[in-house]
Amino acid sequence: MEEAFTRGEGRPRLLDLISNGRDWRSYAAAEEKKLELRLGLPGGEDWSAGQEKREHPIESALSLGHISKVPKSTNVNASSGTKRRFLVHVEPKTEAFQQQQQQQLQQEQLGFLQLQAKGKESLQQTSGSAEQQSLEGKGCGPHPPHASSTKNAAVAHTASQSRVAATPVVGWPPVRSFRMNLAGTAKASAESNNGSSAAAKKIENDKKSLFVKINMDGIPIGRKVDLKAFDSYDKLSLAVDELFRGLMAAQADPLAASTQKNSEEKHVLTGLMDGSGEYTLVYEDDEGDRMLVGDVPWDMFVSMAKRLRVLKSSDVSASSLRAVGRKRTSNS
Amino acid sequence: MVRGFGGAAAFPDEVWELVFSFLAADADRNAVALVCRGWHRIERRSRRRVFVGNCYAVAPAAAVRRFPEVRAAAIKGKPHFADFNLVPTDWGGGAEAWVEAMAGGWPHLEELRLKRMVVSDDCLELIARSFKNFGVLSLVSCDGFSTAGLAAIAANCRNLRELDLHENEVEDNCLNWISHFPESFTSLVSLNIACLEGDMNTSVLECLISRCPNLKTLRLNHAMPLEKLVSLLQRAPQLVDLGTSKFSADHHPELLSKVESTFAGFKHLKSLSGIWEAGPAYLPAIYSVCESLTSLNLYYATIQSPELLKLVSECKNLQRLWVMDLIEDNGLIAVASSCKLLQELRVFPSDPYGVAPPISLTEHGLVAISAGCLMLHSVLYFCRQMTNAALLTIANNRPNLTCFRLCIIDPHTPDYISQEPLDAGFSAIVESCKDLRRLSLSGLLTDRVFKSIGASANRLEMLSVAFAGDSDVGLHYILSGCKNLRKLEIRDCPFGDKALLDNTSKLETMRSLWMSSCSVTLGACRQLAQKMPRLNVEVIDERRGRPLESWPDDFPIEKLYIYRTVAGPRSDTPPCVWTV
Repeated sequence: MEEAFTRGEGRPRLLDLISNGRDWRSYAAAEEKKLELRLGLPGGEDWSAGQEKREHPIESALSLGHISKVPKSTNVNASSGTKRRFLVHVEPKTEAFQQQQQQQLQQEQLGFLQLQAKGKESLQQTSGSAEQQSLEGKGCGPHPPHASSTKNAAVAHTASQSRVAATPVVGWPPVRSFRMNLAGTAKASAESNNGSSAAAKKIENDKKSLFVKINMDGIPIGRKVDLKAFDSYDKLSLAVDELFRGLMAAQADPLAASTQKNSEEKHVLTGLMDGSGEYTLVYEDDEGDRMLVGDVPWDMFVSMAKRLRVLKSSDVSASSLRAVGRKRTSNS
Repeated sequence: MVRGFGGAAAFPDEVWELVFSFLAADADRNAVALVCRGWHRIERRSRRRVFVGNCYAVAPAAAVRRFPEVRAAAIKGKPHFADFNLVPTDWGGGAEAWVEAMAGGWPHLEELRLKRMVVSDDCLELIARSFKNFGVLSLVSCDGFSTAGLAAIAANCRNLRELDLHENEVEDNCLNWISHFPESFTSLVSLNIACLEGDMNTSVLECLISRCPNLKTLRLNHAMPLEKLVSLLQRAPQLVDLGTSKFSADHHPELLSKVESTFAGFKHLKSLSGIWEAGPAYLPAIYSVCESLTSLNLYYATIQSPELLKLVSECKNLQRLWVMDLIEDNGLIAVASSCKLLQELRVFPSDPYGVAPPISLTEHGLVAISAGCLMLHSVLYFCRQMTNAALLTIANNRPNLTCFRLCIIDPHTPDYISQEPLDAGFSAIVESCKDLRRLSLSGLLTDRVFKSIGASANRLEMLSVAFAGDSDVGLHYILSGCKNLRKLEIRDCPFGDKALLDNTSKLETMRSLWMSSCSVTLGACRQLAQKMPRLNVEVIDERRGRPLESWPDDFPIEKLYIYRTVAGPRSDTPPCVWTV
């Protein structure tokens, strides 16, 4: 965005007498310079351990055109060897501590090697404990947040031969959420174009997440919820309550929101589905009809709902629901 | 000996203004402004375009005051990872403060481009009323507004040339907003409404299109049925950039010939997108324009490999191609031999969660493209397997890469043949591609790759890292190298306090740093914030715990966003964000 924007329009142009061809010729003419690894140290000898390989410009594993066929176990030794040296330099406290570090690292190394041999369950255990050990060694504090993603990764790792779907991690793979639904639909309609509608349906239903928009009356910013993350109406209701509670509090009294009033004082959206509360939850299906949430079995609801809305109960009446749907389509 | 130059007084201001107007880069204009007071004054009064990469880096009032004659402004809000739901929806990026300041200080504003900001309908109404000569509104990845706000724009902006709505979340509450363009309105050049979800009133749209003879870009949403699309397009044979709606219908020979003749009528079409749910029946109608296309976006076209192959093979002049991985390796090999002018390739995953049978799109496709397309400089590629050898080959083939984003879908995936980390491959990329400005890493990576990046990636401006590295050294390599780094975003890496605290001054040379699910503690954030008053250190935690002040120093941070600013801590933080 930035480049195109600053170049802009209406700026006077210098006469460009040099033809475009020259740019491409320069690539062919460029000589390959020898690369020298040079890192500017910020000071502090703690990092010097990492530089011990500086004399060799590029480590053998990295040189262009050379693929090392070094077997995996040796490689693991090499990388954790470097790591071991680094850690020892960083925390040069007492000898006993150093020994402890080395032990931990050896265990971790062992644990890593075990990863390749054992099955799924022990995988998760060893990788989890290895993570914990390495992090304790660095003195970083409590349970690392990404241990679960390591677990996921480990699962995906060994399962690369058989196509097991990886446990979904938030925001991964980095595809935009409105595209995610479309991507699934894309595959599904490609399948149905080919005549295998059963496969298409299966793909649609097997999707790991189903994001639908949810808007609340009076709040301009909509949200998205993943219907597949819930298995019952109660959970959905709770989630909707949580989702909008904060926003409503902020709108009602901006000062209150910023001073973090406690949960007892917050709005609670109850009775979303039985009409007893101040707000009611409705959904729109693919024909644009609005219906009360809660009438059909949960699974059917998930397959039908395209969009959710939280309306003021006073605005909702049994007859108006269908009529609203009709009105929408007749406007176009 | 030549007498010293007389100084700014020797020439009238207009002459300097003209000279300065040849400077495109803001950096150059900023340098000019530092020379002397005279030049500072002349430069600031003549700056017409302002780009604000982070809406919180400077106070709106300050920007408006410094450059009073701005005609075009571009502002960005949320961090990039907001695209992937990593940033809380109420984090911020609201446009009101900026729009209010601009409405007061830049009455002659003609162009406004906002990206990843929360734009309300009130904002849109204010924009519509405040700028008499408003011509260009571009909203990219924004949310918070509805079609009612668009109606205000349509009704009031008499000279609107460009309305570009790209991937926004728009509430659909005013179905007939298009009819708010008055009958006398004829200035439209570009209309992109592909992200809208509702039905459009086709006859109103047709009327609008017919009375705007300068219309060059038209991107519709998917809702319009094919028959209506065709009758609409027949009103605009002068289009250069077209985004169609649904491209499938029940097979109808009459309709098919209409579609064919419509496309044959496009003598100037260079860019094609949309083509939602393209059925094999109607796709061949596009062949007549393929030869002239320079940009083709098949993201929404659910076409399988054989048809895709045929289609892209016709596009001999293609410079930009966005496509699903349904194209497969064979399709990319065909692209490599047919599309010799290709500069940008993006391949998206049709099945990101891997529930369907695997697609035959591997590293071979990308290698073929790198060999066949000599002008390729920008790549975004989603795949499931990669090797160091392939990356080496790509690096050797295409040293002219400026943007290389590789996403291997399963985290921590190694080279599938040697089982090694992909350090060697990515190192080759940064060492060979000297002009690389943007890089995204994936796969199994150790600290070694960061050593190479820090040392070799001298032009790198944006780096995205996920599930990589072994320790803090990795982050240290990046922060102590990468001279031109502006944006760094990291998730799920074992990077922690030490690297941050040893490289604090680097952070002020960058626009922003995002770290989530790493190993940073609150204590480090406090130290950093204290040492660097011109950084905003925002700790984001959605677990709704006790306020920040009561947490101990070793508390692990969930998400961290650090950015340089001259405006101090912002006043609109939501409950889940604390400025340390």
